[in-house]
Amino acid sequence: MASLAEPLPAPAVRVRLQFSWDWLGLVPFGLFAVAFILLPSLTLFSGSLLDARGRFTLDNLAGLNTPVIVNAYRNSLSLSLLTASGGALLGFGLAYAVAFGRLPRALRTAILTFSGLAANFGGVPLAFSIIATIGRTGFVTAFLKNEAGLDLYGLGFNLYTLPGLFLAYMYFQLPLMILIMVPALESLRREWREAAEGLGATPWQYWRHVALPILTPTLLGTVILLFGNAFGAYATAQALTGGTITLVTILIGAQIRGDVLGNPGLGYAMVLGMIAIMAVCLAAYSALQRQSEKWLK
Amino acid sequence: MKRANWAAWLIVLLGALFFLLPIYGTLDFSLRAQKGVLSLKAYELVFADAKFLETFTFSVQRATLTIVFSLLLIVPTAYWVHLKLPQWRPVIEFITLLPFVIPAVVLVFGLIRTYSRPPLALTGSPATTDLLLVGGYIVITLPYMYRAVDAGLRALDVRALTEAAQSLGAGWPAILLRVVFPNLRGAVISGALITFATVIGELILAVFLARPAFGPYMAQLGNFRAYEPAALAIISYALTWASLALIDVFARGSRDASQAAAVR
Repeated sequence: MASLAEPLPAPAVRVRLQFSWDWLGLVPFGLFAVAFILLPSLTLFSGSLLDARGRFTLDNLAGLNTPVIVNAYRNSLSLSLLTASGGALLGFGLAYAVAFGRLPRALRTAILTFSGLAANFGGVPLAFSIIATIGRTGFVTAFLKNEAGLDLYGLGFNLYTLPGLFLAYMYFQLPLMILIMVPALESLRREWREAAEGLGATPWQYWRHVALPILTPTLLGTVILLFGNAFGAYATAQALTGGTITLVTILIGAQIRGDVLGNPGLGYAMVLGMIAIMAVCLAAYSALQRQSEKWLK
Repeated sequence: MKRANWAAWLIVLLGALFFLLPIYGTLDFSLRAQKGVLSLKAYELVFADAKFLETFTFSVQRATLTIVFSLLLIVPTAYWVHLKLPQWRPVIEFITLLPFVIPAVVLVFGLIRTYSRPPLALTGSPATTDLLLVGGYIVITLPYMYRAVDAGLRALDVRALTEAAQSLGAGWPAILLRVVFPNLRGAVISGALITFATVIGELILAVFLARPAFGPYMAQLGNFRAYEPAALAIISYALTWASLALIDVFARGSRDASQAAAVR
């Protein structure tokens, strides 16, 4: 429509000439997006605002305040927050070691390649690996018990609860952090450090007043990315715990199989809450992404 | 920067322990199906299971369909946006980012509720359910596929190529098939491989749409077997690794952190 707003010498002719059918090229993609993204979302959205007889209601949203749902959100949020912040902190340490540790070139390449690989691990195979390692009969469990006299499960550790999921999630959260932070750290220019040192800054002052402020958008953006990554995860938790742990995604899955909440509308409302949280994450992430692209070239 | 780097070595060593122990553990476990000796028994059992071949073939076929339709949908669209409708780019990019907001379990929930009742009762037969399955796979791999193709197009002079082809008398189908696709070879291969790696072990869509895919088979085996799941995990890692290694070969440098697949 922009062309219509321009002052044109011979409007009648030009408008006709400038009308184009170019938009037709987007129709297949548009139809696909409507059928496979928009309609399914609208079904869930409208379902959350309708009662059993199809009348408008806010009861479903109010119904989110029931213990089982609140518990699921609490579990999902704390697991996501913990693995996002844990992944960010430890991943930053690893990324720092890779970027500034003066490691051999080959080791650096190996770590980055492996991170690209491990960030793609997840789901059922990861759950199997974690069980084989630190499950009840896992070899680390056995090693600790036989060699160090440390009985993990006797001490109350249980792989099939939140701490176990934390370990499993870290397996894909850490590599993602490394993949993003190493290039960010390496794009800090040497001149900035030299300039700071030239002005008498200590290393601490350089990090506190120069490097960290520059890295903040990248750091925050990555934490949000990791948070969303964990919050939407289903397969790993399902395969690891057999669905015995109450997470938002697991509860939604149970709701698909059969109406475990005793009210279809509640399932839709849970989805709405989840999408709202993910949408806030994506919005914040893109804003921070733009910021960091401006600063880190 | 004259600090001793023993700290870096220590951090990397701890990281390596955390990441390599589970892989070693899985490998070790997968070789212990026979008491007292290391053997490939678990792998033999896996490969001898008719269900393994069945579900694996099913997933490979659906992955192939996903790749073909995804490319047919995305390459012309992205090309057209580059050539004629750059003002639409933000809209298309926004749509391709939506799968990050809609987790797979939510997507399949919406698909089932939308297409399980008239007028669009698609979950009624296997063939139409597969339509939902492949459509869902295209959605969850959309961000990766679109990014790969978009990056490929950015590296080309789309306008010059199009005009050259047109001046030689090529129509749109010829331009797409004989000019655009061949020039996007690297991007297409990298998008296809990341799609393959994602779809092959995918659990959520297949489980809820009740299709006999490889992901649900693995999950089910984990419930009542001890050693075979470990062998399956190793096979699955090998497949992922091979896919990503091939991307590095064919499309050097076009991989980035955004290509972490949506399999969780």
